[in-house]
Amino acid sequence: MNWRRDFIPPTALIIFLILSWFFVTKVTGLKPFILPTPLDVIEAGLRTRGLLLDAIGTTLLSTAIGMTLALLTGLGIATLMDLWPLVRRALYPILVASQTVQILAIAPILVIWFGFGIMPTIFIVVLSCFFPLAVSTADGLTSADPELLALLRAMGATRRQIWRMVRLPAALPSFFSGLRIAITYSVVAATVGEWVGGSSGLGMYMLRSKNALATDQVFVAMLITTLLSIALFMLVYGIERIVLPWYYSAQRKEQWDEMGIY
Amino acid sequence: MSSPCIEFRHVSKTFAGAKHIVPALEDVSFVVQPGEFVTIIGPSGSGKSTLFNLCVGLFEPDKGEILIDGERKRNRAGMVGYMPQRDLLLPWRSVLDNVIIPLEIQGIPRKVARQRALEILPHFGLKTFENEYPSALSGGMRQRAALLRTWLMGRSTLLLDEPFGALDALTRKELQNWLLTVWQEFSRTVLFITHDVEEAVYLADRVIVLSPRPGKIKLELTVDLPHPRHQSMTTEPEFGKLVRELLTELGVNT
Ligand SMILES: Nc1ncnc2c1ncn2[C@@H]1O[C@H](COP(=O)(O)OP(=O)(O)O)[C@@H](O)[C@H]1O
Ligand SMILES: [Mg+2]
Repeated sequence: MNWRRDFIPPTALIIFLILSWFFVTKVTGLKPFILPTPLDVIEAGLRTRGLLLDAIGTTLLSTAIGMTLALLTGLGIATLMDLWPLVRRALYPILVASQTVQILAIAPILVIWFGFGIMPTIFIVVLSCFFPLAVSTADGLTSADPELLALLRAMGATRRQIWRMVRLPAALPSFFSGLRIAITYSVVAATVGEWVGGSSGLGMYMLRSKNALATDQVFVAMLITTLLSIALFMLVYGIERIVLPWYYSAQRKEQWDEMGIY
Repeated sequence: MSSPCIEFRHVSKTFAGAKHIVPALEDVSFVVQPGEFVTIIGPSGSGKSTLFNLCVGLFEPDKGEILIDGERKRNRAGMVGYMPQRDLLLPWRSVLDNVIIPLEIQGIPRKVARQRALEILPHFGLKTFENEYPSALSGGMRQRAALLRTWLMGRSTLLLDEPFGALDALTRKELQNWLLTVWQEFSRTVLFITHDVEEAVYLADRVIVLSPRPGKIKLELTVDLPHPRHQSMTTEPEFGKLVRELLTELGVNT
């Protein structure tokens, strides 16, 4: 990554936005419970840091469990859809429908089934994250060049060998795109889950702060959620670049650069 | 006497397209003997690639039969070396790991396969390139890698589908000479598709000419030039005569 080019612009923009925020609160003199200043927010974060650290731990745990299950479900569904076209046809509409389910509508049901706690949260993370994984992986598995498959067949490869040598590696870039989307949703999904059906975590922290009209703390929770999402996104991106060196090869980047659209 | 490497007996093949049926090959019969270098030439769409796809068992003929090494096999996959028109290297594998694919298919452990490939890599002018990704290679190098991959299938018969079709004239001439050298050195049998008349004559012991769709064999031309070939031969009258004969047959001559 080119730090000067890729890092400075967003940092500058963020600093500008924070300064504007500061400026607006000062000029308008809004009450802190309507719009706290950046300093209020930092102060609130430090004041409640014990609570916050606990909450972050809980939320990250739910996110990790949820993402693991989402990965298993997503990859499982993608594999099934790939092996049996009938499964694909039968399942696809249902998968799409699952994404239109309103979390707020199913939350009470989840609470009735599992009680307040970590289970509804995990369920909501899985529901929000398995879909991009399943779709991107299923698409990736069909992205291999048919002529390539024919070549391997002509060389005497079995179906299993073709899967391992061609179809699986060809699916990886697409899978990672899905993973990046899923991981970005995951933390927010966890906090929403905690808000509607949890007993602890960042979502609960946010809900309690809201009920206490501690707007500065709501901002703290939002900020931390965002930072966690970005960190996880970067983590996946880093893993991707290690796992797919050929995809991020210097030549490829150069070609994009030459076209001026990288 | 050993049996022919490849024998086509009255082979016909028709494809069912989206709108209409396409007769690709009609009553094609020919024989390739061990050690021969045979080129196939014909206009685009005359069924040249289809011939190869039938040979390697990607399709079955509608009529007629195909014999490999004198045997009529139901499953012909993996019996002859096959290099398709496009190089089809896997972008996520290094050159070395690309060329060992046929060995892996045969169940040879990667380490052993790599060792074997490394020994022969210099013959293919790929030394020092083994760890590159295909995207870093020039067109000529990619063709060499695809050829080595075909080679490592370990079959005595090689089917090469326009291997040099997309290369610039200089690289192409260089690779032609090189191919003739390895063909002689390792005594293989080669069936080589081209749409270049001079290339067809320069490489071959025999040229098979296909008619426009549906492909039928119009002519088999024996090339009586001595081996090893040299680029200087292309200016000799004998060479020019053969080229003119082919051009006339293909309907391009004045
Ligand atoms: N798999 C296929 N399905 C349908 N039509 C095909 C297929 N393969 C080849 N054809 C048709 O058969 C004809 C001969 O094709 P091909 O063997 O590729 O010709 P050539 O290699 O001589 O250019 C073409 O008209 C082509 O469209
Ligand atoms: Mg062709």
